[in-house]
Amino acid sequence: MARLLEFRLNGRDRADAVADNILLLDFLREKIGLTGTKTGCDGGECGACTVLIDDKPVLSCLTLAATVAGRRVDTVESLGVDGQLSAVQRGFHEKLGSQCGYCTPGFIMASAGLLRRNPDPSDAEIVDALGSNICRCTGYVKIIEAVKYAAALNAQGVAP
Amino acid sequence: MNEIVPAHNIGSYVPMIDGPEKVSGRAKYTADIVVPGQLAGRIYRSPYAHGEIISVDVSEALKIPGVKAIVTGADCDKTFGVLPIARSEHPLARDKVRYRGEPVAAVAAIDDATARKAIAAIRMTVRELPAYYKTKAALAPDAVQLHEKKPGNIERDVLFELGSTEQGFGEADLVSEGSYNCAEVCQNQMEMHAAVAEYDAVRERMTVYASTQVPYYVHLMLSEILGLDMSRIRVVKPHVGGGFGCRTETLNVELIAALLARTAGGTVRLVTNREETFITHRGRPETDVRLKIGMRRDGRITAVECECDQRGGAHSGYGVVTILYAGSMLYAIYDLHNIKYVGRRVLTNTPPCGAFRGHGTVDIRFAFESLVDQMAAELGLDPFAVRRANLLSAPCFTDNDLMINSYGLPECMDWVEKESGWKARKGKLGKRNGFSKGLGMACSHYISGASKPVNWTGEPHATVKIKLDFDGSIVVLSGAADIGQGSTTILAQTVAEVLGLDLTRVRVVTGDSEVVPKDNGSYSSRVTFMVGNAALDAARNLKAVLTNAAARKLEARPEDIECLGEVYRAGAQDKGATFEEVVVEALKDSGTITVTGNYSTIPESHGGKKYRGAAIGGTMGYSYSAQVVEVTVDEETGVVTVDKVWVAHDCGKALNRLTVEGQVQGSVWMGLGQAMSEEAAYHDGLMVTANMLDYRVPTIQDSPPIEVGIVESIDPHGPFGAKEAGEGSLAAFLPALTNAIADAIGIRFNDLPVTPDRVFEAIEKRRRAPAKTPKKNGGA
Repeated sequence: MARLLEFRLNGRDRADAVADNILLLDFLREKIGLTGTKTGCDGGECGACTVLIDDKPVLSCLTLAATVAGRRVDTVESLGVDGQLSAVQRGFHEKLGSQCGYCTPGFIMASAGLLRRNPDPSDAEIVDALGSNICRCTGYVKIIEAVKYAAALNAQGVAP
Repeated sequence: MNEIVPAHNIGSYVPMIDGPEKVSGRAKYTADIVVPGQLAGRIYRSPYAHGEIISVDVSEALKIPGVKAIVTGADCDKTFGVLPIARSEHPLARDKVRYRGEPVAAVAAIDDATARKAIAAIRMTVRELPAYYKTKAALAPDAVQLHEKKPGNIERDVLFELGSTEQGFGEADLVSEGSYNCAEVCQNQMEMHAAVAEYDAVRERMTVYASTQVPYYVHLMLSEILGLDMSRIRVVKPHVGGGFGCRTETLNVELIAALLARTAGGTVRLVTNREETFITHRGRPETDVRLKIGMRRDGRITAVECECDQRGGAHSGYGVVTILYAGSMLYAIYDLHNIKYVGRRVLTNTPPCGAFRGHGTVDIRFAFESLVDQMAAELGLDPFAVRRANLLSAPCFTDNDLMINSYGLPECMDWVEKESGWKARKGKLGKRNGFSKGLGMACSHYISGASKPVNWTGEPHATVKIKLDFDGSIVVLSGAADIGQGSTTILAQTVAEVLGLDLTRVRVVTGDSEVVPKDNGSYSSRVTFMVGNAALDAARNLKAVLTNAAARKLEARPEDIECLGEVYRAGAQDKGATFEEVVVEALKDSGTITVTGNYSTIPESHGGKKYRGAAIGGTMGYSYSAQVVEVTVDEETGVVTVDKVWVAHDCGKALNRLTVEGQVQGSVWMGLGQAMSEEAAYHDGLMVTANMLDYRVPTIQDSPPIEVGIVESIDPHGPFGAKEAGEGSLAAFLPALTNAIADAIGIRFNDLPVTPDRVFEAIEKRRRAPAKTPKKNGGA
């Protein structure tokens, strides 16, 4: 069965016909074409598909698209203002929190969610917030640096 | 006028030039290629570990509406494999299946749901054969052969003795032996394997987008498997989400996608799931090492005897090379003589292993550095002192003819010893409230590219082109595969540095066989060294063209022209010509300028001929690494926490300090995973850890701070003196960890991974046997 789904995606209101059983991840990637959100595992293991729903990090691979009716969904494509990178994006780019880049959108959205609720996180709070995201390249050292740098940029007025 | 100076970037912290795409979601990976009308591919995999195929029945599957193509082994009788001497694999099994999960048939359908339905309708019957999941079982005298041409299920055995171990052990004051077991581990890179194949039936041309480290090898194998002329094939490598070695050979995924696309006469997107990515495998084999070392009282090593068995899986893959590396790389780190090596690469009914980061060297290094540490303790020597008693002195050749021109290991050791406070803290961290702390150290090394390519063609080892046209942008064309390690950035940096230009003037085009020069690929840490040198050559050639044009424009002699990047001038008083003006002048000669840069390794680096396969291990430059690991062991639970790692890596010259640090941290951390939690486990040949929960990759919460020291030994042949930075620091972590645990609790772990279960059991075993006082740093 399909239904009409009305929600706000990356700041724009949409109305789409969606199948009841399609995952938010597949809906974003395969139907809408927002492929920034990545599939990294067979369900709930890696965090690569993390998006924000009403500012809260959520695994889009464990979320049915139909359940986001009336809610705000933000993907990695939503970040940045006027074509410039957001604070978190700059952190991951400039501090090498991203190597191959595949886990990066998930880490960035989890980090953006963290900074939206806690603009000045401690190292321990960063580690807690990113505990369900897996990166295979960096050893996480520079990811922690990236988020700290992003928090500092955010404090200077760059949107997270 | 402001002072004009050339721009410099080499040796600084340069964010990757493709970073903005990655952090914004714009970077396209293979699975992101979603095109209307494309077909969804799926693979039917063998549920049997070993059997003769009696039938593969796809008739019911073909009847399902929406199924556009089904291929089976009957559709392709060709074999593939990375080594020309060991091409034993069919893209889809024929005659026999040899591991659970081996591809048998594949479907292309209008959507994924239809493809899955078709897969479920395929029926396979086999005559089951005995299956062997462990090395020992496959080697049993009555074992059935997996491959007709491989008696005893031995893919390759290696034996050499250089010098005399008998004499060497005779000169030793202490001879010790140890047995070590390292579990099989998987690369488990974040991007799952994927391929998109587009067949143009009108022109009979095939385009394949593949998540690969080696687009050229994929090109070769597509031609072989499809029976299609290479000129009709185009291979595109989009962004790749990591590889760590599992993509250094053509995988069945891209070949099956192409077979489906040709049969369907269209475009097929084949994306494997995480379980299939695990089963496609090419990880590090389970390895058993038996090691014997002779040592004098002063720490000098007099002889080494090493036996190594690798459980290779059902096909060769890189196996022959892996078992050779394990032997040859006993050399080139210390000044060793009198070495005997016996290696066996064994075929088993498990998914094929391959070339995992640190290829062939890691498990042997674990054994070696463990036993040396144990012997140092027995002789009352400091672990650093023992290594210092065995240092090489570059330049030199090893007994197996490996060429060493730069050797920063002593400086690496000095750095980690000092930064970790080793002298003041080693053995003094003590025990508090059931928590014991300890320090351990170890060293490792790796090659900067295999000096002889797998497919020897006589061409230069690497070629780079640069195009310069009316727009004044420098376009670097290279086949080097950036898989996240930053090779594209290094090429841009190299060219910009030579021309004195800002990085913003440089664009790098890679990854499309239609446009870029052939490259052997990203494996054995070859790209910075080989392709970097080719880029250096190309940039110098372009600089010569521009200098000649500037001379003409400024009416001066070329040797008097000074290149300041954005300005060329004849002497300090000359106002000179801008870069744009020089480009306009240069274009008058030839129109669009294209220059070529090449690099070839020198014959002295090709390894020796003292035993069969002795060329493996030959490289233009070895990297070196030393590490100190600090641990806390909870003796109540067996949980080991790594508090901190200090690592120093000799990369010759850090072209980009940011990416060198990132590579070294990533290597150390990947060693941590292998040492502490990662293990591919099988039940009746079924990989039961084929997901990210059971295959335990360390999370951010399990991962320590890793402090990196960069040692620059300036290799005479490396680009700006550089050597590799992305693999050499992996291996030392494993023994540094177990050496630290031995320091903390006096128990030595010879089997990996060192899980809390294993630690707890060992501590309990010691508790239950109180009569025997455990010797500090002793064997267990």
